Amino acid sequence: MITTMAVAIAEKRIGRRGESVYSGRAKAVLERSYLAFRSSAWIVVLTGFLEPVMYLFSFGYGVGKLIGKIEVAPGHFVSYAAFIAPALLATSAMNGAIYDSTWNVFFKLRFDRVYQGMLATSMGPLDVALGEMAWALIRGLAYATAFMIIVGLLGLITTPVALLAIPAAVLIAFGFAAIGMAVTTYIKSFEQMNLINIVMLPMFLFSGSFYPLSIYPGWLQLFIKSLPLWHGVVLIRSVSLGIVNTSLIPHIIYFLVMILLGLFFTTKRLTQLFMR
Amino acid sequence: MQNEELIVAKGLTKKYGDFTAVNEIDFAVRKGESFGFLGPNGAGKSTTMRIIAATLTRTSGQISILGKDPADRGPEIRAHLGVVPQQDNLDQALTVTDNLYIYGRYFGLPRKFVKSKIDELLEFAQLTDKRNAKVESLSGGMKRRLTIARALISEPEILMLDEPTTGLDPQARHILWDRLFRLKEQGVTLLITTHYMDEAEQLCDRLMVMDKGSIMAEDSPADLIKKFSTKEVLEVRFGSDRNSQVSDQLKTMCERIEVLPDRILMYADDAELLLESIHRASLHPLTSLVRRSSLEDVFLRLTGRSLIE
Repeated sequence: MITTMAVAIAEKRIGRRGESVYSGRAKAVLERSYLAFRSSAWIVVLTGFLEPVMYLFSFGYGVGKLIGKIEVAPGHFVSYAAFIAPALLATSAMNGAIYDSTWNVFFKLRFDRVYQGMLATSMGPLDVALGEMAWALIRGLAYATAFMIIVGLLGLITTPVALLAIPAAVLIAFGFAAIGMAVTTYIKSFEQMNLINIVMLPMFLFSGSFYPLSIYPGWLQLFIKSLPLWHGVVLIRSVSLGIVNTSLIPHIIYFLVMILLGLFFTTKRLTQLFMR
Repeated sequence: MQNEELIVAKGLTKKYGDFTAVNEIDFAVRKGESFGFLGPNGAGKSTTMRIIAATLTRTSGQISILGKDPADRGPEIRAHLGVVPQQDNLDQALTVTDNLYIYGRYFGLPRKFVKSKIDELLEFAQLTDKRNAKVESLSGGMKRRLTIARALISEPEILMLDEPTTGLDPQARHILWDRLFRLKEQGVTLLITTHYMDEAEQLCDRLMVMDKGSIMAEDSPADLIKKFSTKEVLEVRFGSDRNSQVSDQLKTMCERIEVLPDRILMYADDAELLLESIHRASLHPLTSLVRRSSLEDVFLRLTGRSLIE
């Protein structure tokens, strides 16, 4: 029997942990996203970047004129634009990740059968899951960096600690991408896909992006605090104000749990769909 | 080794709840041969292919592909195989070249190696002048050839083709068959499912006739015809009302008869002679056709149904 290069490569993985679901080739899936992006998807990326910038100008500077300063901590006042900018960054990380991991994944899964093709090779479902999420993450990084540059130019960054907002945005993007992809693998029709939008918009509007949560009654505050975007908003708002302490740990854990759950269910579901 | 068996299945079974898609089938595929699964839609061909390709788990029975069990050697087995699925799953967002390139990368092949293979594969698939085209602009035949080229990027020992020419026009089919012959000449083992008897006759050294999850017969196309049919067939039409009236009389005149809704098939080694005797008996068919027996007749004999309904 001749052993081809492809077989030799696959044989090297024998005995590794999770060899049936992971081949160490998430980077090939990522490379595919890059090739596809290079040829077409950059317009989508541009709109994803412009959206939070437009919100910042319209609300931050338009509505902000009427509002004046906001007290974010006892005795600590910031302009309204500086108040919403971190929330817009968290939201843009969320939106970019969700767009990639829901609509894009849905088409690749149900119509173009891209994953079916990938999983006919020696790759496994975890390669696909990680590779796709990594792309959403890179997009989150690009959005966050671009947004920080704008915010910096507008003079809204007052401390170098605020640059931690970039890794925070990547963490948020990863969490949303993981959950978004997992949910999408269970979705069968366009109608169900629209449910995702119904969840996303209110989460954006009501998660303390435009005003402090303290205006809500207690029960509603608790509900909002259980949603992921609120944790993202608090995380980025804190580092933007230069606050880095143990109070951030629960928010970070929240996103780590999202990532793990998303990876687990995406891998499980891709196996069910294409390898069972 | 000439008769080395690459794929061996014993009692292979796949059930979905109460439904048995593949029912205790045995078969062996030898190195370098072109092995076909012939049967109507729903016969269990694609299910069998997916089990071999390690993308579907079996319910019971044994199967080994190059001595490996897909249940615990999935990634390795998939590295041995080139898969051409029934429905194209080319990457619509990528160009022709990028489709080949990235597929090689999925197998973990080095960039340099993959790039060095692309020109050769484009030429093989007769797509060299389409190399920078987007997939969606290709015709059905081109897409199928690209899918085959893509499956070859990892230099597989076994190429699996599920209904390779379904939906293609006659010219595109012939081009595709020609490409597959070339691969066979190069020593690639071909595994083909089809519900086209002409395709099975053209391409396959050995055939497994499947129906409702079971194997009905297995042999070379010529031997199947020899075994299950006569040399020739006479097709006669008397009009839909008279077909059944005359069938009793016709039955006595030949080895075997099949009454189909629109025509009667009469099996004999010399169909011309049979036609003469029908005329002598003053039964005048509206139309008559003398032809050689085909796999369609074999299938009809084995299952009592025609292959394409």
